[in-house]
Amino acid sequence: MMSKAMSQGDRIIQMGLCCPALIICGVFVWLLFDVVSQGISGLSWQFLTQLPADAGRAGGIVSIIVSTFIVLIIALLVALPIGLGTAIWLAEFADEDQTGMAVAVWVRRSLQLLAGVPSIVVGLFGYAVFCQLLGLGYSLLAGGLTLGCMILPLLIGSLEAGLRAVPCTYRINAVALGLSKFSVIRRILLPQAAPALLAGLILSIGRALAETAALLFTSGYVTRMPESVYDSGRVLSVHVFDLAMNVPGGDKNAYATALVLLLGLLLINSVLKKVVNIWAAREN
Amino acid sequence: MLAACIVLLIFGFLLTEAWPFLFSEHGGQLFTDAVWHPTTGQYNLVPVILGTLYTTIGAVSVAVPFALATAIFCQFYAPRWFGRLYTSVMEVLAGIPSVVYGFWGLVVLVPLVASWQGSGASLLTGILVLSLMILPTGTLLAIAALKQVPSEWIQGSYALGLSRWATIKNIALPASGHGMLNALLLQSTRAIGETMAVLMVCGNSTLFPFGLFEPVRTLSANIALEMAYAMEMHRAALYSSALVLMVMVFILLFLNQFQNRLESTANGKS
Repeated sequence: MMSKAMSQGDRIIQMGLCCPALIICGVFVWLLFDVVSQGISGLSWQFLTQLPADAGRAGGIVSIIVSTFIVLIIALLVALPIGLGTAIWLAEFADEDQTGMAVAVWVRRSLQLLAGVPSIVVGLFGYAVFCQLLGLGYSLLAGGLTLGCMILPLLIGSLEAGLRAVPCTYRINAVALGLSKFSVIRRILLPQAAPALLAGLILSIGRALAETAALLFTSGYVTRMPESVYDSGRVLSVHVFDLAMNVPGGDKNAYATALVLLLGLLLINSVLKKVVNIWAAREN
Repeated sequence: MLAACIVLLIFGFLLTEAWPFLFSEHGGQLFTDAVWHPTTGQYNLVPVILGTLYTTIGAVSVAVPFALATAIFCQFYAPRWFGRLYTSVMEVLAGIPSVVYGFWGLVVLVPLVASWQGSGASLLTGILVLSLMILPTGTLLAIAALKQVPSEWIQGSYALGLSRWATIKNIALPASGHGMLNALLLQSTRAIGETMAVLMVCGNSTLFPFGLFEPVRTLSANIALEMAYAMEMHRAALYSSALVLMVMVFILLFLNQFQNRLESTANGKS
């Protein structure tokens, strides 16, 4: 489509535009290479299965991985029902009457706002509500709840898009066959939209895994193995932060932890791509 | 429905927590005190607000030319496989946690800048790390904006004998301007709210920043640093600074919506 002979000036511009692209590539390669090459030496089976010792300078990160999983699971347990409910309402029920539409406009607007709220402010909110008002203190539960609030906009957005992508004829046929609205949703929409819903879910997990600021003063700093959800626990990203900033000589393990975090995200990303591909294949 | 409540709740809680500070004799101190020194009762937030503005504006102005150039390159000049590869690489990079960017900035960029001038942990380092952080998403959004320009326009312009550059300058860029502006505002929101990356590389001094090599502290970093030990009035002051941050974000989001509305009315007329 662009098989147009290039003039002299065009060539110069092409060169000029090529440079920034290459510079950016170079910087990112530098960043990734640095993290991988420094992190790989610290990464071993012992690192993944031992408890941290000496403020994280020595030992492994097993308790931190466990805390991360617990926080993620709590966040998803909270966000998924709310998110799915809101998405179903927005996609299926909101357009039915005037008030519904008016409310939907406001819900969408506030979701947009929520998506824009800086994570540190969400953290402050979580601290005030979950840690203090509800008396949970620094705990995995408080961190998970805060994180759940944070991923809601992304989750609802992708879930709603998934539900809306189901062809309208399915709904019309189902209603014509005499199915109730509830069974249409349960038996037709949800199974049909499942890959898209899964994609939205994985996207949210990735986002939650990367989060640091909101968890600083909700789930806390403690590196011990958590015994219950009321215990404080440190997640991976907070561990990287703390080792880098507050622990002299913690760089080596910080690199290794950052690498674990990156690998986790990469894994999530590739699973996401696979799910989207399956979905696309089914569409065709 | 609940989501809307959460936004209201966040606002409500920030307000109630900030209330004892804002509406006491301290309220005016945010802008009039000599320094930010909360343990002795001095609450000047201006240097911190300036720090936030400088880092954000700096990061956005570094990132925009790069993102724009790369997007144009991918869309119009590069072979198609390169564009596709670049997009998927950017998608992966957009998912890198900010704490990793911050960490890399701390161990690599800070010593690098320090070997050149000052202590290294400075406004400049913060701007660089932050711009790196918003680049992937910014580039993706810019590419998406360019893709939305109808291909008939581009082909029509080629058919009329315009050069590639003239097509880009006169057709593609004006037509995608709206999307570009959207991307810019969204990324500014992200840069303003970013905590970890800037916290780790900016040096976090609360003095007035005067130069590129001076350490600065941003609103978000301020909260993260002091929340752990803040009591009573100090705590309320921190909640007020969160409120200031929210207001800044809302102004940006409002601008975004305003601009969307302008665009849709313009489309309605044409």
